[in-house]
Amino acid sequence: MAKKEYSFYPGCSSQKAASGSNYQVSVDSMCDVLDIQLNTIPDWNCCSASIGYAEGGELPRLALSARNMALSEQHNAGQDIVATCAACWLATRETKDRLLHSEHLMKETNEALAAAGLNVKANQNVRHMVEVLIEDFGYDALGKHVKKPLEGIKIAGYVGCQTNRPFGIQGESFENPKYLDKLVETMGAEPVENYQKKVSCCGGALAFSEPEKSQALIKDIIEAAYDGGADMIVTPCPVCQMNVEVYQDQINSKYKTKFKMPVVYYSTLMSVAYGKDFKQSGLDGQVIAPNKLNAIAKK
Amino acid sequence: MSANTAVVERYRNSFLKEVEANVEEGQWVKMCMQCGVCSGSCPLGPAWDHPPQEIFMMIRAGKRDEVLTSSSMWMCTSCYNCIVRCPRELPITHIMHGLANYAHRLGIAPKNQPTRKFAKLFWDNLSKKGRVNELKLGIALYFMNGLVSGIKTALKMAPLGINMVKTKRMSPMEYFGGHGIKDTKGLHAILKKAREIEAAKMQKF
Repeated sequence: MAKKEYSFYPGCSSQKAASGSNYQVSVDSMCDVLDIQLNTIPDWNCCSASIGYAEGGELPRLALSARNMALSEQHNAGQDIVATCAACWLATRETKDRLLHSEHLMKETNEALAAAGLNVKANQNVRHMVEVLIEDFGYDALGKHVKKPLEGIKIAGYVGCQTNRPFGIQGESFENPKYLDKLVETMGAEPVENYQKKVSCCGGALAFSEPEKSQALIKDIIEAAYDGGADMIVTPCPVCQMNVEVYQDQINSKYKTKFKMPVVYYSTLMSVAYGKDFKQSGLDGQVIAPNKLNAIAKK
Repeated sequence: MSANTAVVERYRNSFLKEVEANVEEGQWVKMCMQCGVCSGSCPLGPAWDHPPQEIFMMIRAGKRDEVLTSSSMWMCTSCYNCIVRCPRELPITHIMHGLANYAHRLGIAPKNQPTRKFAKLFWDNLSKKGRVNELKLGIALYFMNGLVSGIKTALKMAPLGINMVKTKRMSPMEYFGGHGIKDTKGLHAILKKAREIEAAKMQKF
């Protein structure tokens, strides 16, 4: 298959020594196997995620994403914009929709961009990496690269919120999307059937500002994974990954639970199944070690 | 204005008009049919003093202060459940963000609301260098309620921080400089211009 190229928006958490740096490592490994070339948007900026709204009004927020889109149109013309972070994807796609839907927002956004000599047309598709995998490759093609099937691992597919709503993945329902389970199966592992917290919220940015309320939500997400017999949770979102993985000690001390549930990315699973080693799969970035996955990676 | 429109206008309360004019997606508020699916779908539903459907009715009833000084909108986790379930397809998440932004802009949002504070820290952090500095954001968050509570929080969070550093998902070096874009000047100019355009559009009520 010929090399596929995309205009890549990596996002803040993907940077070196940032919370999702291990996500980026595994995405690079996965793309290497699939012959995907990610052309990073030069000088991309933060999208302000879904918490920038208080200080940044509508137009400043649109302008942030529009700057990235303008740079992408200029440097990576003709390519789809692809994001790996759910919030980056959502903010950029939302911006595209609003600009195309409203002439005056398009005009005002371009007035703002002109202050830095930029102009946006919003003419590139804005996609999540998961869409690329499912739509441009498909499960069969993804399965062909599996060298080490993830046999004997049971995995709860935690889709979360922003990869799922409001846009979601074409052909999947908002309430019970199946793509993560299918990806798990494609890699040779066993998905948890009827994982009831698969689209529940982890608190998102409120994990920082309202830790108690958010940790109550996270507790239920982990508990449901244990109830389904999961060895680990898999997610396509860096905020979900961090929130569900790193607060388990605090949750344990508050709720007297004994959680030790690893949380990995779909790209971690794919890298390991594709034969990449421990480090290439970003497994050294796990706070809670996914032992069964580590064992396969080290084989 | 025709005679008929003038009569209709008299019966529309001014807070609804204010929201329609000044709040992001505010023109949708009147479309709410009070079914309550949004409130039942919210992950933090029980934490809202007034859940979304109630906020919509309060806006129509002209309860300006009660709405804008409420901590309710600040409970939105941006999960978008309400948006996809609303039978009338109101962009509820965005309206809640818009109301929060408007209350913050007017300076009447609850002062010590933690999400309001964090959202401001986040914006200041990202707009300074164009990208989020997670370490500085975290430290600012711990100390947002003062030094004493900051030290307490920092101690509580220390094991988590150590885990993040150990797994190379955080670096103390980020405190000195850290990630950023090259054209910060251009970005600042864009944001300044966007703010000016938006401020000029605000209508007085």
